[in-house]
Amino acid sequence: MLQGVQIDLISEERLSRLTPMEKIRLILDDVKEGNIVVLEKGLAPEEASKLIEMTMMEISPEGFNGIEMETYPARDEGFGGFLGRLIGRKSEARMTVIGPANQLKMLKKEKDLISAWVSSR
Amino acid sequence: MNFFVRTRKRFSKFLKFFFRKRSSRIGIYGPPNAGKTTLANRIVRDWTGDAVGPVSEIPHETRRARRKEDITITGANGSSITIDIVDTPGVTTKIDYKEFLEYGLEKEEAIKRAREATEGVAEAMHWLREDIDGVIYMLDSTLDPFLQVNIMMIGIIESRNLPVIIVANKIDLPDAAPTRIKSAFPQHPVISISSLDGSNIEQLYEKMTDYFG
Repeated sequence: MLQGVQIDLISEERLSRLTPMEKIRLILDDVKEGNIVVLEKGLAPEEASKLIEMTMMEISPEGFNGIEMETYPARDEGFGGFLGRLIGRKSEARMTVIGPANQLKMLKKEKDLISAWVSSR
Repeated sequence: MNFFVRTRKRFSKFLKFFFRKRSSRIGIYGPPNAGKTTLANRIVRDWTGDAVGPVSEIPHETRRARRKEDITITGANGSSITIDIVDTPGVTTKIDYKEFLEYGLEKEEAIKRAREATEGVAEAMHWLREDIDGVIYMLDSTLDPFLQVNIMMIGIIESRNLPVIIVANKIDLPDAAPTRIKSAFPQHPVISISSLDGSNIEQLYEKMTDYFG
């Protein structure tokens, strides 16, 4: 039997059909099963904030101990500086990898390169 | 006390209640062990002579947000601000009680600390969503600033349009590289300090009066 780690690549289209809570539930349920989730487009800041809170609520001793999550720094779109602040800065959520904290480990991260290591349970 | 004096006092109290300007609440955020409580203690000690909370080598020493009210800070330029300082638990996406065993804690104590730490992180996120007017984002300048939690947190703070000063802490250590932090977050002011020995703290106070005023 093939041994390894399941990787779920979720498209931007599928993500756009989900509500923020559905997205968070999908990610956490998948990760808690030991899978690696790759989102074609990352979470909005408000969703990321909720994901941190929900993750904390689900941590248990001898069980789930949280998530490891990697993405590139946000790319600013539109105006920067004072004008950007005045009319609202728009930043684009980018491809994101999420996995169980005990299975996914970031090795190297730069502005434009992420190297991660995945282990099976 | 005659009727007129009583009425005048009540009226003045009424006016104060409705027109009083609340002090801005400045949250000190950042990953665990970045030195948030050390900075909060230094700010509060420098300007009130008091302290906020205990510090420790063990991560997640601060597991509840603590607020110190009405701290008036004066910059070298002479301008002042009165703020509330909110020291928050370190934000992370993972907490494993086994990490605390390495610091000599018993299993039961480590599990309790981990549980309280998870609650603390959720509480810190809630404060950020509801009750914070400005942020000091604290980073350990000996570590890689591109940690996911930092990128996420800065994104969350920016999305709320909160003014943020990034503090590159621990410049007293030989491995400190505050320039890495400056290049990671060029869109925000970065002040390099040592909250432990107070190096460059005056520059932070000046930036605070300028930025949060």
